[in-house]
Amino acid sequence: MSLAATDAAPKDSLFSHARHIVAENPVTGIAFGLFALFALAALIGPYVVPHDPLASNTSAALQPPSATYWFGTDQLGRDIFSRVVVASRLDMIIAVASVALVFVAGGFAGIASGYFGGWTDRIVGRVSDTIMAFPLFVLAMGIVAALGNTVTNIIIATAIINFPLYVRVARAEANIRREAGFVQAARLSGNSEMRILLGHIAPNILPIMMVQVSLTMGYAILNAAGLSFIGLGVRPPTPEWGIMVAEGASFIISGEWWIAFFPGVTLMLAVFCFNLLGDGLRDLVDPQRRT
Amino acid sequence: MNIHAGNMSAGVNNMQPPLLEVRDLTVEFATRRGTVQAVKQVDLTLAKGETLGIVGESGSGKSVTSYAVMRILDRAGRIAEGTISFGGVDIGTASEGQVRALRGREMSMIFQNPRAALNPIRKVGKQIEDVLIEHVQAQPGDAKEKAIEVLKAVRIARPEERYHAYPFELSGGMCQRIVIALALACRPQLLIADEPTTGLDVTTQKAVMDLVVELTRERNMSTILITHDLGLAAAYCDRVMVMEKGKVVETANAEAVFRAPQHAYTRKLMRATPRKGVTLRDLLPEDAAPAAPAPTAPVEGAGTPLLIVENLVKEYPRQTPTSGMAGLFGIKGAAADPFRAVDGISFSVARGESLGLVGESGCGKSTTSMMLMRLVDPTSGRIVFKGEELSAIPAKRFAGSKWRSRIQLVFQDPTDSLNPRYTAARAIADPLMQMGSGLSGKALRAKVEELAGLVGLPVHLLDRFPHQLSGGQKARVGIARAIAPDPDLVILDEPTAALDVSVQAVVLNLLQDLKQRLGMSYIFVSHDLEVVRMLCDRVIVMRTGRIVEEGATEAIMAAPKAEYTRELLASIPHPPI
Amino acid sequence: MLKQIVRRLGTAVPSLIGVVIVTFLLTRVLPGDTAAYFAGPAATPQAIAEIKTKLGLDQRLPVQFLAYVKDLATGNLGMSLTTGQPVFEDIRARLPASAELTLLGLLLSVAVSVPLGILAAVRQGSWIDHLCRVVATAGVSLPVFFTGLLLVYVFYYKLGWAPAPMGRLDFIYSAPDTVTGFYLIDSLIAGDVELFRAAWSQIWLPAVTLAIFSLAPIARMTRASMLSVLASDFVRTARASGLKPSKVVMGYAFRNALLPVITTLGMVFSFLLGANVLVEKVFAWPGIGSYAIEALITSDYAPVQGFVLAMAILYVLLNLAIDILYGLVDPRVRIEA
Repeated sequence: MSLAATDAAPKDSLFSHARHIVAENPVTGIAFGLFALFALAALIGPYVVPHDPLASNTSAALQPPSATYWFGTDQLGRDIFSRVVVASRLDMIIAVASVALVFVAGGFAGIASGYFGGWTDRIVGRVSDTIMAFPLFVLAMGIVAALGNTVTNIIIATAIINFPLYVRVARAEANIRREAGFVQAARLSGNSEMRILLGHIAPNILPIMMVQVSLTMGYAILNAAGLSFIGLGVRPPTPEWGIMVAEGASFIISGEWWIAFFPGVTLMLAVFCFNLLGDGLRDLVDPQRRT
Repeated sequence: MNIHAGNMSAGVNNMQPPLLEVRDLTVEFATRRGTVQAVKQVDLTLAKGETLGIVGESGSGKSVTSYAVMRILDRAGRIAEGTISFGGVDIGTASEGQVRALRGREMSMIFQNPRAALNPIRKVGKQIEDVLIEHVQAQPGDAKEKAIEVLKAVRIARPEERYHAYPFELSGGMCQRIVIALALACRPQLLIADEPTTGLDVTTQKAVMDLVVELTRERNMSTILITHDLGLAAAYCDRVMVMEKGKVVETANAEAVFRAPQHAYTRKLMRATPRKGVTLRDLLPEDAAPAAPAPTAPVEGAGTPLLIVENLVKEYPRQTPTSGMAGLFGIKGAAADPFRAVDGISFSVARGESLGLVGESGCGKSTTSMMLMRLVDPTSGRIVFKGEELSAIPAKRFAGSKWRSRIQLVFQDPTDSLNPRYTAARAIADPLMQMGSGLSGKALRAKVEELAGLVGLPVHLLDRFPHQLSGGQKARVGIARAIAPDPDLVILDEPTAALDVSVQAVVLNLLQDLKQRLGMSYIFVSHDLEVVRMLCDRVIVMRTGRIVEEGATEAIMAAPKAEYTRELLASIPHPPI
Repeated sequence: MLKQIVRRLGTAVPSLIGVVIVTFLLTRVLPGDTAAYFAGPAATPQAIAEIKTKLGLDQRLPVQFLAYVKDLATGNLGMSLTTGQPVFEDIRARLPASAELTLLGLLLSVAVSVPLGILAAVRQGSWIDHLCRVVATAGVSLPVFFTGLLLVYVFYYKLGWAPAPMGRLDFIYSAPDTVTGFYLIDSLIAGDVELFRAAWSQIWLPAVTLAIFSLAPIARMTRASMLSVLASDFVRTARASGLKPSKVVMGYAFRNALLPVITTLGMVFSFLLGANVLVEKVFAWPGIGSYAIEALITSDYAPVQGFVLAMAILYVLLNLAIDILYGLVDPRVRIEA
């Protein structure tokens, strides 16, 4: 068997390990299923929904859930179910884009700062400390207010406020491994510092970062929804979960619960799903648990 | 089983009922893979005033037995069968309140890793008070006074001051004294010492063990000493009980265990224990196939110096704390005198020679080996290897140097030194791939398998990850990786410190064979003079960054010149034969 | 101890400098041209240039920064277009409302989550442990504005246990004399129990909303750190010394487990202050959060910037308090100083 062949072996075991995890912890399985559902809604949702999410129909305004309108209609008679489904694309885009952005930037900055120390560490540390000096949601509000009220800026703001979290995790993990025996051994084997960083340290940190990705994905969705709830970022009539809850908020006290309820519950489920996935991933990537 | 021998040997009244009597004890643990029996049908008797050693390697159930006696098994564990009778109380069926009243007052326990055994955020004096007050040995009014008395009893200097200390302010040996003080505060009848000196320096170990023996004898207490070190048990105990895989295989007088071990496992364990007057081969089990004499490679230019170290110094800045603003701008506090970890040492290593570097923790031996490995730059001094001044190449650039492959290291902790995401084969191949061996594909695999063969690692294990390998197997992977680039000098940094004694015997022999076969030189860094003696031609004894004594190993062991070397030698526990 | 506190104060300085720089940058990257914005939509280029000069926007950035710092030092945060008041005064008047709500929410949350976490760890695998895990996972998934609306629907619309979500006091009452600015405390100082009840009836629902939100991280951390401390060597020593379970759990384990929990509080405060904004909107709470939202809607930027700055300073101070608290519990930090 060649070395290339031995590289393939762990992938098989990863797959069977994944099955084992799902079998042992059905909740993780449910989370994977939910995730697939959200992904599907984001991909094909706009083509399959029963009603036009933007078409208002004043004759059918404020109708409770029924066979025609599964989640009821809002004050303009728009179908809430269709809006909720279509909104998943925008919410997913915001979450995925901001997390991808911060994963690359924060992960790299953190690993470099933990591994090289010195000035790199001081500068990265100072930047993330400054971000951390603000209550994160408040900073996001300030950034979006200053940069302008657009979806792109929501993505940027969400990435910025997550930056310190990624830096902290990556830095701590790189730091404890900097003097680990296997890193010293890699030096003795003639690996260059960059090679050690990318070939030995990064792959060992990656799993922990993936857990972080899953957890912050939920947080990113919450954050974006929160911003649009207070009128930042997404503008009506664009369907988005946060803004839909905001639109339904004033009808709660008069008893029309469904307008805010369904987008809210969907939002909650999406965040819940990512958090569960994070926990599941943690089990999946922990090599100590793979036997 | 010779359970009554102890009563007589300890010279205690035979008519007195035993203090502790364990019958048929079976302890089970509920794990993810079902129930596991950690202790199987163990019988044990302990007379008043007697000292019993329980010896075994990791996983033998020796600690679990004692936890069952104290009834402090963790949640997953339970006493499945058998009875434990302590001073007439049936520990198995007594109420939690009853057992709690016994713990600390009638029977107490000291643990390994003394610093972790103390509450990190409570003053040590207060921790002793807690126990005294709990068992009504003191009232809040006089507790402090009594706690200081207890500290005095364990020979702690300036007890009034130490009373106010937190564990992190004390040395390991001092912490162990506090733990002993805690255990003996209420003058219990039974002391269980669970690996009390593991991780401590050998001179500290002696001081701690002498203290325990002195105090328990003075108070006519019974002691159970749990250890992996047969030598330690034999030196300090009346009777020794050997455990393997949860079962008692032999119980006998300490002397008898060494003179005429009955059970095969005891024989193997005894043989593997480094002791006076034996060679490395003697450590291997008697039934091991007589090792074919390793083909001795002719060492090119044997005896000529390979490595010359001149006046090597390593200083570390002693930093005073920086205030917030200064820290912001990276201004360090006023520099105090730098700390000299290595303080001007000179020595040389000849081709084909093994040199031992011995000393206790903090003596500078690890820093020295890091500098020789060129992972750390020396503050001053020269490292000359094969006529080339290696200290001129900064450590940062050394990985790319052609000299990198010439000096390699075997790490202390085999687990930590292997990348958890690399298979054994990938780990061994790493130096070959990075240092231009030009091998790839099948040729690389063949070379890796050849190396595995050299270190005795079965080829089918090559595709496993570190966590799927045993400690001994991981050690072999580490050794194979070190010899892969065919180095001239290998530094062995306590390579067996994390291994069980029988595995240590095998690994030491392997290292010896490899040296002969491949004609390498070794620098063997260790705290254990007895092991160094068997492997090394010459030895250097270090203390506080300086060389205390240097010379041929046998000569130094036989007639140490320096006071410190004598102290070190005297601290090694010797079995009674 | 005093030296310790002074040292901690020193560590807060870099954070404050960072906050000031960031808020300055935020004011400079306003959408479009700040001057054009202040001049209004119908302004001529000449008028814009005049305003530029008047506001100092034609100066170099460092000069502008100095002017900004000088303004901050004198409490000049600009004027609010909406209220016509100085932003500083507006924020000062509204801050107690936000602080009262946030602190009460935290108090409720700690009172529930810490015991829950401890019990879950001590009785690992029991129903209370499962409850704790459900709370920890579900709690972090709840959008706080959604929880608030659900509670309003249930407790106001369905059950009628809470008044309409319309601010700090029903209009039939007038606010108590200001001592602390906290209605709950001020009404008691004034000896007006009825007023206290009225204030309580308004505040409990938003406070519970905030509490539910911050329950999860604290409970999760308490449980995790209790579990790891309970498995540690020194707890085993304490048990082997025959100490009472209550002493072992509370005296030995809990005090050690508290350290990571205190650290988590910093993060919790960050979340709480953010969540506070959303809760204020849901309950029409007249704090600085709803002030900022109103300003955002009318594109009135001075209050938003003032709000961000005020929140940041508040948060830096809270972190300082947490640091000092940590030092009180952990001697290792104390000696290091």
